[in-house]
Amino acid sequence: MSSVHDWTPTNPVKENRSGLIGKPVDRYEGPLKVTGTAPYAYEVQTPSPPAYGVMVGATIATGRITGVDIAEAEATAGVLIVWTHLNAPTQAPRGTKVHPRSSAGSKPALENDRVTYFGQPVALVVGETLEAATAGAHRVKLTYAEDHPDVDFRARLDAAVSPVGEEDVEIGNFARGFTESPVQLDQTWHTPIQNHCQMEPCASTVWFEGGKCVAHTSVQMVKPAQHGLAETIGIPRDDVHLMTRYIGGGFGGKGQTYDDLVLAALAARALGRPVKVAFTRQQMMHGTIHRPATVMRVRLGAEKDGRLNAMSMMTWTHCHRDGNFTEHASNFSRALYAAPNRLTGHRLVKLDLPGAGPMRAPGEASGTLSLECAMDELAEQLGLDPVELRIRNEPPTDPENGRPFSMRQLVRCLREGAQMFGWDRRLPTPGLVRDGRWLVGMGMAAAIRGNFLLPAKCSFTVDADGVITVKQGMTDIGTGTYTVLAQIAAETLGVPLGQVRVEIGDSELPPAPGSGGQFGAATAGSAALAAGQNLRTAIAELATGDEASPLFGGRPVDVTFQDGLVAIGNRSEALAELIRRAAPEGLTVEGEIRPAADAREWSQQTYGAHYCEVGVDPVTGEVRVRRMLGVFAAGRILNAKTARSQLTGGMIWGVGSALTEGNAVDPRYGSLINQDLAQYLVPVQADIGDLEAIMLDEVDDKANPMGVKGVGELGNSGAGAAVANAIYNACGVRVRDYPITPDKLLAGLIARGL
Amino acid sequence: MQTTITVNGQARALDIDPRTTLLDALREHLRLTGSKKGCDHGQCGACTVLVNGVRINSCLSLAVMHDGDQVTTIEGVGTPEALHPVQTAFLTQDAYQCGYCTPGQICSTLGLLRELEAGVPSQETPAGARPVLSDAEIRERMSGNICRCSAYPQIVAAIRDAAGSMA
Ligand code: FES
Ligand code: FES
Repeated sequence: MSSVHDWTPTNPVKENRSGLIGKPVDRYEGPLKVTGTAPYAYEVQTPSPPAYGVMVGATIATGRITGVDIAEAEATAGVLIVWTHLNAPTQAPRGTKVHPRSSAGSKPALENDRVTYFGQPVALVVGETLEAATAGAHRVKLTYAEDHPDVDFRARLDAAVSPVGEEDVEIGNFARGFTESPVQLDQTWHTPIQNHCQMEPCASTVWFEGGKCVAHTSVQMVKPAQHGLAETIGIPRDDVHLMTRYIGGGFGGKGQTYDDLVLAALAARALGRPVKVAFTRQQMMHGTIHRPATVMRVRLGAEKDGRLNAMSMMTWTHCHRDGNFTEHASNFSRALYAAPNRLTGHRLVKLDLPGAGPMRAPGEASGTLSLECAMDELAEQLGLDPVELRIRNEPPTDPENGRPFSMRQLVRCLREGAQMFGWDRRLPTPGLVRDGRWLVGMGMAAAIRGNFLLPAKCSFTVDADGVITVKQGMTDIGTGTYTVLAQIAAETLGVPLGQVRVEIGDSELPPAPGSGGQFGAATAGSAALAAGQNLRTAIAELATGDEASPLFGGRPVDVTFQDGLVAIGNRSEALAELIRRAAPEGLTVEGEIRPAADAREWSQQTYGAHYCEVGVDPVTGEVRVRRMLGVFAAGRILNAKTARSQLTGGMIWGVGSALTEGNAVDPRYGSLINQDLAQYLVPVQADIGDLEAIMLDEVDDKANPMGVKGVGELGNSGAGAAVANAIYNACGVRVRDYPITPDKLLAGLIARGL
Repeated sequence: MQTTITVNGQARALDIDPRTTLLDALREHLRLTGSKKGCDHGQCGACTVLVNGVRINSCLSLAVMHDGDQVTTIEGVGTPEALHPVQTAFLTQDAYQCGYCTPGQICSTLGLLRELEAGVPSQETPAGARPVLSDAEIRERMSGNICRCSAYPQIVAAIRDAAGSMA
């Protein structure tokens, strides 16, 4: 059985002799991205001219398709295929796994006459050109028998039940602890549906080569995409070669594939030519998953000195009628603050809305928008500084299970952030600071996000030029995977970065779980380190066993790798020379990482603290983020440049969730009202003031052999709450219904006579 | 329909469906896929190109409207081997993550720098004054280019760097 103690010995990443680990090097694939030469899924060169597929979405949320008229669409010039459920090719029934170890089952498109969400793809039109297909798609005429959609989340809270297999978690006696607390807070927060809005809409380009299906798509996880497609179209898994080399943003929304992939494959097979299918921006809103709305009730019971006696966080949320996804917004609170009496849980209601699913920092992103504001309110009730309140409730061990923390530097993040930001200049009484027409305030919040390690493999090859090639079925969704894998390879083999090639995003490469849950760098990187160490061993054995090498006769364990040389003491030769002579075909080895069996004996999290200053216009209710600082502790940082970008990106997502992002539901049609980027408002350049992210020194030796943890979601956790708390400090108005738009603020501002 | 557009200095004769947008003509007919489609509705800026030196959203314009025009796409700005200073600045400042908005951001930056040179004011320019390259000007003028990865602070830094190195 593996153990975290197996990770204790030193390794090339820990030694960091060349200093490449942590170094803020530019992105490996950067030159391609800044010149527009990185081909995303819709842009790959096809072996022959492609046909273009356009999907048609349902205009009802629930019911049946009763009439299909495709004559006009089929008669449209340039149209090659018009499919609905009536004439689409046969696919394996939903969930089929012919291969028992498939990581995803069949997901048929145009499955039957049943519509279960607004915008569900119900027809495909393929044409010679995009214009022909689009014209044809407009001429598909469908009639429906519509049922009344059950989509009003807040009206359906009574129908919510515990998610299958889940129970509330109670420690101590919450009700008694709360009742007996001299200071109490009991408030409810609302968050809306949010959409990922990746800049690249989901897209697939597929063709067949011999019997083999070559599929390029935009997806965060390679293997389930490959397996799911093979199962759906009924071919062996190895006959699908799935690639996802460049991905225009994922954020959880591309953790699964959508109908574009299956439809492109079916059409390519039917036409015997490449087919490209992309979602339109409007189709992305309904046709892919979203972060579901929540209602969160937070109760805090404290002593007069601020110590919590009782803490409860209950979340109500929703998912698709046939789904079971739960937004676990209460979970993070289980590890954050000490309190002897605790109650947390979730309630789920199934609705006729599109699929709910994970979106950047699932759980924490929504959850911190309530608890971290509740802490701010409690601090005010107690007359305590919000930073001090958090420090007073710092638990010595995990407050739910008593496990030791693998590494917890939350207090350091809070203190250093406060100092760097100038928190001591904040006036606790709201509404006292003016700057011209602006009311100015400061707010803060804590950040927390779990840390995970998953199984992964990786291969390393050294060739006769001394070039190291890293191969892994991993993805880079903008996170920096290409770059950190190159750094690990260069550091491990002691070669310059320019001598490393990285190939990822391909189902034929050693499998890795992909990008999600901020486990990517730790998981993929640890497998790469293992492969690198195995390659070092193979090279060391080669050198010490080769009579022509100056290292001949030495002990393999004494061989060092630096500056492109293999050496034992002052005997050395160039790595390329050794390989050219002794292994001219090159050497390839694999490496593997598995989670340690005892890793869960520690509570493993990443932490941070956000500080924010906003201006509120008391006349218009407009909010401007003036400056923002995040201080984070997330294990060893592999690349200070790309990690910082991940963190600042996450912080800006927090700004969006606090101020602008939300998708209202139209209860008449079961649709989302904001269907494009002009109505669903993600932050733009002018919304963001001075913003900085600082990373504390840290190595978490319980996390993985490198001591790294993730940063992709941490920056998002708590960021929106810091904005909301700053708004209150600026103007004295609490809005507990996100996003905090001017209309909601104005009501409070008027009530306060401002 | 016959139309001739000069793209990155090369005259390109096209026989094209009049419904084709300039963006789709570039991407699907000329295989210049550096210009991206993020929304197809003029809402995101991913498709930004320069037409006769002025930045536009190429998804909002039909190809046949550009007969005789000079179009510059990201492919005409620089290559991986010979980056333009703006591209170098985006690279070194990490002014992108997924890279999908990036060609649009870079073309937009080129347009912005020309606007400043020509003294074109924005909402952030004090009345009657000549615009200067301030962070506020950059943020205002780059707000038509959405970056969901949210590389906004890095983009501002890159534009400042680029302007400095091109001065
Ligand atoms: S694709 Fe043209 S503005 Fe979005
Ligand atoms: S880099 Fe991903 S959208 Fe800008």
